[in-house]
Amino acid sequence: MYRYDEFDRTMVLDRVEQFRGQIARRMAGELSEEQFRPLRLQNGLYLQLHAYMLRVAIPYGQLNSRQMRKLAHIARTYDKGYGHFTTRQNIQYNWPKLSQVADILAELASVEMHAIQTSGNCIRNVTADQYAGVTADEVEDPRIYAEIIRQWSTFHPEFSFLPRKFKIAVSGAVGADRAAVRFHDIGLFIVRNDAGEVGFEVWVGGGLGRTPMIGKKIRDFVAKADLLAYLEAILRVYNLLGRRDNMFKARIKILVHETGTEEFTRLVEKEFGDTQGGELELPAEEIQRIAAYFAPPAYEALSDEPPALTARRFEDREFNDWVRVNVARHKAPGYAIANISLKPVGLPPGDVTADQMDAVADLAERFSMDGIRVTHEQNLVLPDVRQDRLYDLWQGLRAIGLADANLDHIGDIICCPGLDYCSLANARSIPVAERISQRFADLSRQYDIGELRLKISGCINACGHHHVGHIGILGVDRKDQEYYQITLGGAPGEDAAIGAKVGAAFPATEIVDAVETVVNTYLAIRMPGERFIDTYRRVGDAPFKESLYDKAA
Amino acid sequence: MTKLLKDGKIVSDPWVHVADRDEVPESGPVIVTLARWQAEHNSLAARKDGLGIRLQSGQSPETIKDDLDRFAVVALEFPRFADGRAYSHARVLKTRLGYAGEVRAVGDVLRDQFRAMHRCGFDALEVAGDRPAEALEADWWAALGELHHAYQPALRGPEPVLRQRHRAAAA
Repeated sequence: MYRYDEFDRTMVLDRVEQFRGQIARRMAGELSEEQFRPLRLQNGLYLQLHAYMLRVAIPYGQLNSRQMRKLAHIARTYDKGYGHFTTRQNIQYNWPKLSQVADILAELASVEMHAIQTSGNCIRNVTADQYAGVTADEVEDPRIYAEIIRQWSTFHPEFSFLPRKFKIAVSGAVGADRAAVRFHDIGLFIVRNDAGEVGFEVWVGGGLGRTPMIGKKIRDFVAKADLLAYLEAILRVYNLLGRRDNMFKARIKILVHETGTEEFTRLVEKEFGDTQGGELELPAEEIQRIAAYFAPPAYEALSDEPPALTARRFEDREFNDWVRVNVARHKAPGYAIANISLKPVGLPPGDVTADQMDAVADLAERFSMDGIRVTHEQNLVLPDVRQDRLYDLWQGLRAIGLADANLDHIGDIICCPGLDYCSLANARSIPVAERISQRFADLSRQYDIGELRLKISGCINACGHHHVGHIGILGVDRKDQEYYQITLGGAPGEDAAIGAKVGAAFPATEIVDAVETVVNTYLAIRMPGERFIDTYRRVGDAPFKESLYDKAA
Repeated sequence: MTKLLKDGKIVSDPWVHVADRDEVPESGPVIVTLARWQAEHNSLAARKDGLGIRLQSGQSPETIKDDLDRFAVVALEFPRFADGRAYSHARVLKTRLGYAGEVRAVGDVLRDQFRAMHRCGFDALEVAGDRPAEALEADWWAALGELHHAYQPALRGPEPVLRQRHRAAAA
């Protein structure tokens, strides 16, 4: 993984001291709360319902065991013993004290981490495919470019006060999109052009929130050397023309929509005419320098399906299920990508205790060449596990309650913090997720249902990605009562789609039954081999509407 | 009282901002709005003393690109410090439009934005409030010195990290 050089290290340490000074000036009354707010937000510090919340960046979701242990230490020392992994591949602490935030940042800096630009109207943490570098079908490793973009966007003097927040995702996989790339302000796919050169396909204006939109492709190919110049051109157009009169219309998706993709593209290309070829040109030596950090480790010459694995799978059905559901194919024979579901039955999705973090760090060290990834689906990945050691790993995960074999099933719920923590939320979301996972706790039932992405947001800002859930749940407030709307047919990946509202919202007491009704309707009408989303696409929402609402009439 | 901060020093400011409702003084350097410039183009162009123009954050310097050599000062407004359009305007002015005069930040100009303004090409900052001159000068140097490096190429400030890295490698 990437290691800081002297420049990177100084930058992060400088920021810690700068922020310490800003906190001191706030406490001395030299800064008003209004003036302090964007400064603290640009360092990931929110004022939530009950306390401050600190969001720590995990660039492109990559961690080593030392960093994970530091996250555990912070949870234990400065918080209530746990952290929450988010859909932006970050981690949030819900209970830090303002007076200790600078110390937390100094702890993070000691392991090459920070909270820079995890909030505020600036370029946020860059996300990437969690299987980067280990998936078989990949043009190039997206982490290389995510790191380049991380550096370019850090303290960018021109783009620190954008109309609204700005999110970039990168994927290098062919045919698969695990990073919801089309739902980002800028989505980059690494592609190879007809001449055999590697560059970027550029999508702009995707996003969720109150106006969900799939991004528009504005360029088939940007050369590597031009990557930053092209991004700078997009950002300049957005900075100048994005709406500032209404924060709900300030994201770039609205600008692209209102300007029209063609005209927007023309404006970007015009700006690119000025930025291209100048100082922003990315030197090949810099790409090589960063790529070297992500060079594949020395894999041993092994073969797939070693007898040790096959025998264990045969003997132990639970282990076999976990391998079948949570383990993905690795590019190197004899290795595997192991997903750790952070969705145990009846617990808040994405939450991990300090002890679990420490244990995962140990497991990563023993079984995964020290590497850990965080996914936008709020799970973890151990990317480099020998297949003949999967059984030992699984036992280690079982010992800490993280061996749930429910990846991409109905128990694997994405869920925002909701009204239990968040000052924006209209309704609680964690308790709904907990109740749904309890209702569907039986794994054989989950396997019968098959792949089903269920996502819950506690308000229209859609942090729980409900628009792209096969089943989405949106919490709304009705005369101080929590109600939940159901959307159907969304999809985050290569078959990107935005779900459609199926009908009137359900009260908290009925939402779990309603989800079960939707699932049972699918089970009754599916054709052989159809996933939930396939059935929905074939039949539309009529059968679901009927079973949800007609009975009641 | 508003003070003018230039290269880390509070300096006396000969320029007078003339609001649209006020008469343009007979003599002395003035900064007028874009609306006034467009309406009174001829009389303003005939002035012997210095002329400057003030642009709101939604007014692009491209609008006046053919007249730029008439202005010794272009003042770019920050109506709120969180409105970051003027950063891009300043860069466009200094690069694409090749403007050589003074680019000045006016409006909600705060200490925590000094560094970004400087790097984006602002030559002078009008700072409101009653903070003493020496304190503002100290703020300036503190703001510039807080971060030793910069990743991006910009108009001013530290040499971009990327170039330093590869110069070191080449040496």
